Amino acid sequence: MTATVTSNLREPAERDPTAGSGFGADGRAAYARTRRRASAQALLLALPLLLFLLATFIAPIAILLSRSVENREVPVNLPALSQALKAWNGEGVPDEHTFAILAADMRRASDEGHLGTVARRLNFYLPEFRSLLMRTARQLPETAPPAWKPALIELDPRWGTHDIWRILKRSAVSPTPDYLLAAVDSTVTPDGSIASLPADSSVFINAFARTVWISASVTLLCLVLGYPVAYLLATLPAAKSNRLMLLVIVPFWTSLLVRTTAWYVLLQPGGVINSLLMGMGLVSHPLPLLFNRTGVLIGMTHILLPYMILAIYSVMKSVSPVYMRAAQSLGAHPVTAFIRIYVPQTLPGVGAGCFLVFVLALGYYITPALLGGAGDEMISQLIAAQTNEQLNWGLAGALSAYLVIFTAVFYFVFNRLVGIDRLRFG
Amino acid sequence: MQSQRHLVLSERIASKWLRVHCALILFFLIAPILAIVPLSFNTGSYFSYPMQGFSLHWYAKALGSSDWQRAFLNSIGIGTASTVLATCLGTLAALGLSRANFPFRAVIMPLLISPMIIPIVVVAAGFYLVFAPLGLVNSYVGVVLAHAALGTPFVVITVTASLLSFDQSLIRAASGLGATPWIAFRRVTLPLIAPAVATGSVFAFATSFDEVIVILFIGGPDQRTVPRQMWSGIRDSIDPSILAVATMLILFAVALFTSINWLRGRSAAAALPGS
Repeated sequence: MTATVTSNLREPAERDPTAGSGFGADGRAAYARTRRRASAQALLLALPLLLFLLATFIAPIAILLSRSVENREVPVNLPALSQALKAWNGEGVPDEHTFAILAADMRRASDEGHLGTVARRLNFYLPEFRSLLMRTARQLPETAPPAWKPALIELDPRWGTHDIWRILKRSAVSPTPDYLLAAVDSTVTPDGSIASLPADSSVFINAFARTVWISASVTLLCLVLGYPVAYLLATLPAAKSNRLMLLVIVPFWTSLLVRTTAWYVLLQPGGVINSLLMGMGLVSHPLPLLFNRTGVLIGMTHILLPYMILAIYSVMKSVSPVYMRAAQSLGAHPVTAFIRIYVPQTLPGVGAGCFLVFVLALGYYITPALLGGAGDEMISQLIAAQTNEQLNWGLAGALSAYLVIFTAVFYFVFNRLVGIDRLRFG
Repeated sequence: MQSQRHLVLSERIASKWLRVHCALILFFLIAPILAIVPLSFNTGSYFSYPMQGFSLHWYAKALGSSDWQRAFLNSIGIGTASTVLATCLGTLAALGLSRANFPFRAVIMPLLISPMIIPIVVVAAGFYLVFAPLGLVNSYVGVVLAHAALGTPFVVITVTASLLSFDQSLIRAASGLGATPWIAFRRVTLPLIAPAVATGSVFAFATSFDEVIVILFIGGPDQRTVPRQMWSGIRDSIDPSILAVATMLILFAVALFTSINWLRGRSAAAALPGS
């Protein structure tokens, strides 16, 4: 580290341009060389962090996202069958030869203890596949029967159905689009076209829509509630403003889990808010404030509001009052001057605040998990459920891919419109 | 005259409305945090007022429990280790990024701040996939590496901002007076950017100290931190000892931002001679 810093300081970053002023080709080449060296040195300083992030941050995300198209369980554990299925034309039920390979592969995978992996993978396609596979493997005859096809179909008639074999063929191909399709509630139908599930069972599209809707609502609430507060803080005398600022800063620095816990306690049926409302005679029964959308919106708005206020405030502080005064002295109504002169100057702060709140809200997990209701999950909760409960990393990867792409699009739009260097903290 | 009075009146209404609105919002921001503090001193185990009596029972329970003790030690240890790592890597990168001729800025900048933007569940699941085969799951090393990655953007952004307002002629003056580059860095640059480095590291520490989801994915029972312990506390059996911990964390937050404020004062003082 010492060496890098030393060699860097020997070459100041800014050099006088020597090109084109009598230095000739040699001078220009030397200048270009110096510049190249200076920029290589600048890059060298950032290199440790770049490599660190590539290894500990970018690689994990890339690997998770690659899981969304990876389909290795069946090709790896039933290799001969996978080859045979690739050759099969996919019509009806395959021939005796393929059945024999299925039996041999199944027995080997079962002996090596890999059949469970295969069964779990196939179960993602068809929930009865695990039992079919495991039962068949258990009952495979020790000695080869005269013909495997009738033997297996007799063991379980489902082996004689086209659908089972169609699914096996799909599972033998990698990369597969199936997880990415499943993450938007679609499947490939037997005839090869893409079909969406009926609206009432489209779990993931509903969850994406819900996540965007909750995030947008929270962003709008934060903007409407936060803009006037930022304005007051930016226009009050410093001493008073600093004291009021504490009321924004203390929540900002307080642990997210503490704030979520606070709402968890306050919003309970027998909690502070409901006893207050009932004590004042405003309601006769406790309001359902917890384990539903209301709780999530209250908690998330409370947690994200300081980001919005601070982002807008930092821009408002740099807005000169001169233009407002000029507009008013030229006869503009204060409201007109405020809307036409003041508000446009604060838009970078509004943009930064909205971006920050919206993007943070998209990935929220803790607050909706603790304050939200069943069936009202945000997309992060569904990703966690896929990895922790279903162990379906392919689907988790696919859901993550959509979430990351959506976030990245927002990032680039924001960077184009406002500039990422507008983001400041504290 | 008529319109003048009308203006004054509408302005007065607007100003009054603004104050009422702001009072309500500031109350909304601070009240939930303050409301749980007295409840942590309640004798009974109810989460509602009126309190049944004053007692330090829940503090004794929290501080006496080996789970919470280990959680506090873990939080501080993991936070410190990941902060040191994030601060070193982030400051070094900021020294490069603040130079005028830093190449590929448009590609590298989003990459360096991506840990702030990518949804944390995605990151945590990715950590699990990569760390599990390497034996870094249920280990301190894995958690520290992950938290360091999440903390680096804060260091990069604060230190880069401070270096951009840094007066480069000071370095030239130092070398003109015979300082070697390393001496110039250590005696001129570092003291001037030190407040920003410290600010960035406080943010990095707070990031680690507040992080639950990565711990949920890659931490084992030995790596339980305070937020992780609170998470299971709420989910399993919530009692007011969790409010006692929450109150201590609120005090900790106050200490953190007080230190940031102090550092910012130093930073402003440091920037004065240069600008």
